Amino acid sequence: MTKYLCFTVIVVIFLSSLSFAQEPVLFDGTNPVVLSFETPSGQGALPSGDSIPQAALISPADLAKELQTKKPLILNVGPRTLYLQSHIPGAEYMGAGSTDAAQEKLRDRVKSLPKNAAIVLYCGCCPWSHCPNVHPAYQLLHSLGYTNVKVMYVTGDFGTDWVDKGYPVAKGE
Amino acid sequence: MSSKRVLIYGIVALCLVGLYVASRRAARRPKPTASGNAAPDFTLTDIDGKKLALADYRGKVVLLDFWATWCTPCREEIPHFVEMQEKLAPQGFQVIGISMDDEAKPVKAFYEQYRMNYPTAVGDDKLAQRFGGILGLPVNFLIDRDGRIVKKYLGATDVSVFDKDVADLLAQH
Repeated sequence: MTKYLCFTVIVVIFLSSLSFAQEPVLFDGTNPVVLSFETPSGQGALPSGDSIPQAALISPADLAKELQTKKPLILNVGPRTLYLQSHIPGAEYMGAGSTDAAQEKLRDRVKSLPKNAAIVLYCGCCPWSHCPNVHPAYQLLHSLGYTNVKVMYVTGDFGTDWVDKGYPVAKGE
Repeated sequence: MSSKRVLIYGIVALCLVGLYVASRRAARRPKPTASGNAAPDFTLTDIDGKKLALADYRGKVVLLDFWATWCTPCREEIPHFVEMQEKLAPQGFQVIGISMDDEAKPVKAFYEQYRMNYPTAVGDDKLAQRFGGILGLPVNFLIDRDGRIVKKYLGATDVSVFDKDVADLLAQH
């Protein structure tokens, strides 16, 4: 009987570990990685004339795929109430990117990182063209000389484009 | 070990793994507040310092608006909601605003600037979760006189849709 119980436990542990193996390792600033993101795909027409270049955009699908194997620093620059409800696991909350407080926090968070550190910004409060947060956040990092910054291109909102797609999420602080 | 026992224990192990995976998925997004369900009751203090309880509006058709001052589509809808409140209040219509701003100060200023004529309070992530998660803005709920959610509007919605739906609901009673 013990033999069968052990067998069951081993199978459960093995299969569970496969699930956990997909969890990203958090970026703590001490182990900067350089990522070369692929060109965003499967996201329809990208905005033209946007102040964020297309090469700096990454679709939710591509980001979800990247996070299975890589570990960029993910910074949420949206409203706090939305972040608390649901956010990308490991994402750090910076405040709404359009505010002075968030800009200051962003500066402080990245100041010790190399200029080629892989950083992903996202908000998801509303459709891309209406989002007041991602553009100021991107422009700040760009002006500070960070060269490997990507912004998640959200056409609807975080709920529709990320949570409802079944990509991994975390709640609370 | 007989093949029959191996099969049984294998099935048990898979069931356990299935339950585990299901529990992780269930944690991703709160169950949406479906139409026809009772609207979750809440009691808040509005920006004028008065009690705002959804239950106090039982008997009226309520348009519950989750919005924020930084949300462009939300701001565009609000002047129309002010008009609707003015025009349809005698028929038993009531707009209620729940701001998802991180603090009350900009809400108060906006409320005065736009001469909002309906109760408005600042909500939080816990209230949002009770309404199925507000992971993008605006989100509106149309609630009938019996306190049931009739319709949910996700994202920017043409004001003519609100006009028609509210008129239809008011005409039912």
